[in-house]
Amino acid sequence: MLTIQTPEAVMFWVLAPVAVLAALGMLLVKKAVHSALLLAWVMITLAIFYIAQDALFLGIVQIVVYTGAVMMLFLFILMLVGVDASDSLTETIPGLRPIAITAAVGFGGLLVSLIGRATLGHGAVGLDSANGAGNVQALAKLLFSTYVWPFEVVSALLITAALGAMVLAHHQRTVARPTQREQAIARFRGDSLGSAAGLPNPGVFARHNAVDVPALLPDGSAAPNSISATLKARGDMLDSAQFELGEVDNTVTEEK
Amino acid sequence: MNPYNYLYVAGLLFTIGAIGVVIRRNAIVVFMCVELMLNAANLTLVTFARINGTLDGQVVAFFTMVVAACEVVVGLAIIVTIYRSRRSASVDDASLLKR
Repeated sequence: MLTIQTPEAVMFWVLAPVAVLAALGMLLVKKAVHSALLLAWVMITLAIFYIAQDALFLGIVQIVVYTGAVMMLFLFILMLVGVDASDSLTETIPGLRPIAITAAVGFGGLLVSLIGRATLGHGAVGLDSANGAGNVQALAKLLFSTYVWPFEVVSALLITAALGAMVLAHHQRTVARPTQREQAIARFRGDSLGSAAGLPNPGVFARHNAVDVPALLPDGSAAPNSISATLKARGDMLDSAQFELGEVDNTVTEEK
Repeated sequence: MNPYNYLYVAGLLFTIGAIGVVIRRNAIVVFMCVELMLNAANLTLVTFARINGTLDGQVVAFFTMVVAACEVVVGLAIIVTIYRSRRSASVDDASLLKR
């Protein structure tokens, strides 16, 4: 018969609300990167739950595979795809959000009331006897005897997935790659000669040279194309007006 | 407290993930919500393994993790492919078959 000690209960009542709040935050924050960080936190909480429930191996695998590999893959793809308009939280299909939330509340209520009413016919047993010598040893015994066939099938699935990802990510050029000479010719035949020598660097000389401030052209106007397109899309571009010099003193004083 | 409380948390996390799949537009966030639902199912499996006193639930949760890893690899490759051709990671933009 399983009795739950007080430390586990305290751990549960502290971490469970935090996990649910982090999951809710995942839906509400605007930036996908913040969603990914909150999801990583939920996954770490689940790993702690696994370890508390005598699933030591799964807890470690959860941290290594999910928070380690899967979330890093998510962040990597986020960096690759960059920031775009799909981050906005505006509703594109009218009336979708109230319907979705009503349906979800109904579904959640159904789940919770079902768990509250259902009984298994026996109390919680606990894993002390099943784990025996150790969780990893007991799992290995099960994995390589009863579940050896699913284990092999899963290995085939892994190989197929790796192949599939390679096929999907493979990109065949339909036109030849432009040579350096062609690129140089295109620059000079372009709309203006302004970019022929390369785009200007960001920053205002001697006053502020951060990457988010547009450079000043010789006539004093700002050059917006000196800022990286990503910063511009994110709305992180600063106004260069505050860093411009005032009236320049042209008088020459003779040094005595 | 009894171990059934973990099941309530799993149910809530699953529901939150389901809302996210429906209301978010960024394909990567939608995908992360699917991962949240898979994780909630795993928590249920681990909790039932403990309640029933057998390790089968943990083995199945382990298999779920492997399948989820495969799914992430292929899913993200698909998102990158769509982004490469349509320059957008929004699930609303991939509607070419509709028109």
